[in-house]
Amino acid sequence: PVPHWHQGQHLPGPVSWLKMPAYEDRRFVEIGRVCLVNFGANAGKLVVIINVIDNKRVLIDGPSTVNGIPRQVMPLKRLSLTGIKVNICPGARITTLAKAYAAAEVPKKWAESSWAKGIAKRAAKAQLSDFDRFKVMVARKTRARVINSIVKKSLKKK
Amino acid sequence: EWPNSQEGHEGNSESMPASQKGLTPKGTKCDVGPKKKAGARAVKRANKKTTKHTVLHRAKAIVNGQIVKKVHAPSVPAGRSASFKRGGSWAVKAKNGGKWPTHAKKAVEKKETKAPRYYPAEDIPKPFDRRKNVNKSAKLRSSITPGTVLILLTGRFMGKRVVFLKQLESGLLLVTGPFKVNGVPLRRINQAYVIATSTKVPVDGVNVSKFDDAYFAKIKAKKTKTADGFFATEEKKEPLSDARKADQKAVDSVLIAAIKKTEFLLPYLRSHFTLTNSDKPHELKF
Repeated sequence: PVPHWHQGQHLPGPVSWLKMPAYEDRRFVEIGRVCLVNFGANAGKLVVIINVIDNKRVLIDGPSTVNGIPRQVMPLKRLSLTGIKVNICPGARITTLAKAYAAAEVPKKWAESSWAKGIAKRAAKAQLSDFDRFKVMVARKTRARVINSIVKKSLKKK
Repeated sequence: EWPNSQEGHEGNSESMPASQKGLTPKGTKCDVGPKKKAGARAVKRANKKTTKHTVLHRAKAIVNGQIVKKVHAPSVPAGRSASFKRGGSWAVKAKNGGKWPTHAKKAVEKKETKAPRYYPAEDIPKPFDRRKNVNKSAKLRSSITPGTVLILLTGRFMGKRVVFLKQLESGLLLVTGPFKVNGVPLRRINQAYVIATSTKVPVDGVNVSKFDDAYFAKIKAKKTKTADGFFATEEKKEPLSDARKADQKAVDSVLIAAIKKTEFLLPYLRSHFTLTNSDKPHELKF
């Protein structure tokens, strides 16, 4: 069933209704929205939307004192929206922005999110040496053996 | 009809001799006093045909300020003899006894080339010079140091993880399983067919000085001439000498003791290396 807030709207391409977020979890391109850069030299870093230019581009800032990413225009295609928002007015300057950024505790909230944890997990996995991969394999096997023995025992009891 | 520049113009610069053409203060020849010597220059000048109109032109030029006498500073004497003295060449000559100094000419040895008594009817093509440093042994990768665990990629022991001992003179790597762990004996391997992992085994106590390429040379079997010589006979495989077995034990015993100190390292060396579905070899870190 199409959610009421999408009724009658033209949607771009096929949409999986099962993956639709709840009403309160929708993420908008808005002033103060924290985004993850997913392309280019700054890929993997968080930025804040300072202003919206048109339907394809936004003005973003690192903030430059936190990230080193200067205020610049970025196409929305390069940004992935997170669930974090910073309370700023359009075109907020660096000192106000940095204050609001710190007040919103953005790095802490980001680190706690499962998205960031997943990224960290994959990065750690990519750094494993051949020996480490062997040890991981042994650990998974031992764990599986323990679990399976308990499961079998409980099944046998029944 | 092309205009002929030489026609008709009196005092035209094109008709003037080159030495008098376009005289500027820079290029002016000093009007010197009475000539002391009839040098080559003077003779040349005397031989030049000065027509009436060239003299006239020159006079006009002087009057018009186009030819300016080069004036030296009052302290500096003018004149050819003064200029000659100023230049240092007379001093160099004087030093060398009136002549300009010359170096002894390098004696060029004239090689006596006799015609050879024999030469082939057709030219024998001379091969080009081959590369000079052909026999340099392979440079060892910086990631491979004694004790590194290597993954073998080809050959009988493909996929096995072995311990690197040292590089031999031929450039091949000397490795061992150890034999008791994965069945790889003391063996030579080419660096190109090996992945170096970042895992290292401490090999301080291992003595590998006696092993070199000669140790691993194949023993040539004597060819016996028999009637069945043409047919493929079973090659007798020589049983492994006791000396070889002893060497293997000597190296391995120390190694295995060192391996056992790290947890999981022994079963790691026992295992094979394989690629599974999600593995991307160019992204794997070893």
